[in-house]
Amino acid sequence: MKNKGIYQFQSSEEKEAKEYTLSVLTENKAGLLNHITIIFNRRKLNIDSLNVSTTEVKGVSRFTIVVQSNKEKIIKILNQINKLIDVLGAFLYKKDEIYYQEIALYKLSTKIFLKGDIVEKIVRKNGAKILIIEKEHTIIQKTGSKSETQKLYNELEKFGSILEFVRSGRVAVSKSKRKTQNFIKDLEKIKSNKLNI
Amino acid sequence: MMKKITGSESIMEVLVREGVKIIFGYPGGAIMPIYDALHGYSKKITHILTRHEQGAIHAAQGFSRVSGKVGVCLATSGPGATNLITGLADAQIDSTPLVCITGQVPSHLLGTDAFQESDVIGISMPVTKWNHQITNAKEIPEIMSKAFYIAKSGRPGPVLIDITKDAQFEKISFEYKKCNKIRSYHPYPILNKNSIIKASEIINKSKKPLILVGQGVLLSNAENELIQLSEKTGIPMASTLLGLSAISCNHKNYVGYLGMHGNYGPNVKTNEADLLIAIGMRFDDRVTGDTSRYGINAKVIHIEIDQSEINKIIKTDVAINADAKEALVNLLPLLKSNNYKKWINEFKKCDKIEFNKVTKKELNHKGKGIKMSEVIHLISDITKGESIIVTDVGQHQMITSRYYKFSKPKSNVTSGGLGTMGFALPASMGAKLGQPNREVIAIIGDGGIQMTIQELGTISQFDIGVKIIILNNSFLGMVRQWQELFFENRYSFTEMKNPNFQKIAEGYGIKNKKVEIKSKLKNSIKEFLDYKKAYLLEIVVEKEENVFPMVTSGDSVSNIRLE
Repeated sequence: MKNKGIYQFQSSEEKEAKEYTLSVLTENKAGLLNHITIIFNRRKLNIDSLNVSTTEVKGVSRFTIVVQSNKEKIIKILNQINKLIDVLGAFLYKKDEIYYQEIALYKLSTKIFLKGDIVEKIVRKNGAKILIIEKEHTIIQKTGSKSETQKLYNELEKFGSILEFVRSGRVAVSKSKRKTQNFIKDLEKIKSNKLNI
Repeated sequence: MMKKITGSESIMEVLVREGVKIIFGYPGGAIMPIYDALHGYSKKITHILTRHEQGAIHAAQGFSRVSGKVGVCLATSGPGATNLITGLADAQIDSTPLVCITGQVPSHLLGTDAFQESDVIGISMPVTKWNHQITNAKEIPEIMSKAFYIAKSGRPGPVLIDITKDAQFEKISFEYKKCNKIRSYHPYPILNKNSIIKASEIINKSKKPLILVGQGVLLSNAENELIQLSEKTGIPMASTLLGLSAISCNHKNYVGYLGMHGNYGPNVKTNEADLLIAIGMRFDDRVTGDTSRYGINAKVIHIEIDQSEINKIIKTDVAINADAKEALVNLLPLLKSNNYKKWINEFKKCDKIEFNKVTKKELNHKGKGIKMSEVIHLISDITKGESIIVTDVGQHQMITSRYYKFSKPKSNVTSGGLGTMGFALPASMGAKLGQPNREVIAIIGDGGIQMTIQELGTISQFDIGVKIIILNNSFLGMVRQWQELFFENRYSFTEMKNPNFQKIAEGYGIKNKKVEIKSKLKNSIKEFLDYKKAYLLEIVVEKEENVFPMVTSGDSVSNIRLE
């Protein structure tokens, strides 16, 4: 968190790799994506997924980044991101601290639907929906966690005809009560622009 | 209606309003409009034409390091801009405030591989505190004022502003407002009073505390507060390479310099101390050695303005995320008067060991040849430690840091974090222009000087009175030392066939001399220091000297070697 104190390390349990979601609020500035990814690159950390979108506040963007890392490493990265001039605030979440979703699209040959209703049953059972049916191909859409979209992928793959598959980056909102608007208002009030002596 | 001026003239107006009187640079196609505007501002702004853009940026660094002001340099697009990269990386890692302005191809040609086009914003991103490309002259006042504010506030650093040629020509109504706030940037963290209280409790209870002085003390002008703190509490102070000169080497509580080639006492005692008070330093690996065997008995209080440095290398017990001066001012009243005579005496014992095993042999040897350490020792004596010393990178740098007894703040200019050979000669020019009334002595190896030797041309043209010493051992000495110690004497490409440095200096019209024997050393140095203009003194030193003490890379500071 920008200017909101320093993370302290507790114990060696923090060396263990876990999935973390970073939510980064930034000014809408060209090149910032590059600046953020450079920080991961320097520490040889692969980004599992990345999503950039506008927020409810005009001119403010949100980066949602998912990585596998230990806490020590990810906090150092978080601090480096927070240090970037155009970053308003970076927040770190474990899985249980956010509501999150990804969306996956599966392009299948329409032929496999003609052989019986088994594929349709799989789609329904997985809570996915058929988006488009064309003569040549059919598009299935599934929203959920990565493991859920992967499960559907694995089941469909048995029919051997996934023509194309794509999964979006994660989007997440935190479970905290904070409002982005208020966070930015508070940030503007902090008197840390000059030395107080 | 307000008179319109060009983007280039706007840049000049910004420089004047920001109090910039001297800039360093090199012209070229894409920055010609700015150079044209500069021509009309020559009464207000002095421009130093270096011989290479790397020279310009190192000069700007040297200027900033001794004056505390923002260093400014200009370069053209493409190769001009890429030649700045080493200096940007150097300034970034050593926290030097710079504003670098680069020209860029006209905006309609961006991304087309136009002549002398390079993606300067992309290339400089990892080595700048901030960068921005201006394609529209209207942006100039706001972006430039942000550039100066960002460069000098908080933990300082280099900012690069890339301006397309069309924006330099474009006319605007110029209005300037100095930036003093950016909502996403908080350079001076609000001091947490609880951390100050907690720190004071630990300090007041400590038995063997040690202050680690970093460059942050110099950057925040906290030299006096530091001395007050040390004198009130009696706590000994040791300095990092970049912290050198923050406190006089003659201060009774000063116990020496830290790190790989630092003094014996402060290194060994780091592992006996029960408290390390780190002020404006970042636990570089050259200071800590093996971090798992560093400060093993010590609690750590880290006073640091950059939150990303806290807990980065060494876990802290109390983090004070604040400007060094502000932290010290608040800490002082809470500290008890104390003295640590016994503890300081332990450092003195170490000094004796170091003197007997290292220093004595260096300074009182019987040979006819000259050792680097006796040169520095002499210069230190004659100048009373009052000169500005600019060093390059290598053995001579470590020797200078050990033997020059700095007595005035902001007197040590060296490339610490990046270790840039070729830094010293151009940096010394900037330092002299930043402090024209002080003696500036550049101490450089025979390898390093040849990396930026072309800047002798700048020194000559602008009559910059720097004193240049080449410590010539015809080797890349530090690499050779490692080859001797860790690579079984396999001297792989470290021996140098050097040019005749006298003739080079002569070619540039710079007074010069060469000394090869010890008996002539003292008088030559006196003559060199008495001369009022630039002077190049080549001193031939022993070929295969080793620098000791030494903490082997990756070893513990406790295992510092004396021979």
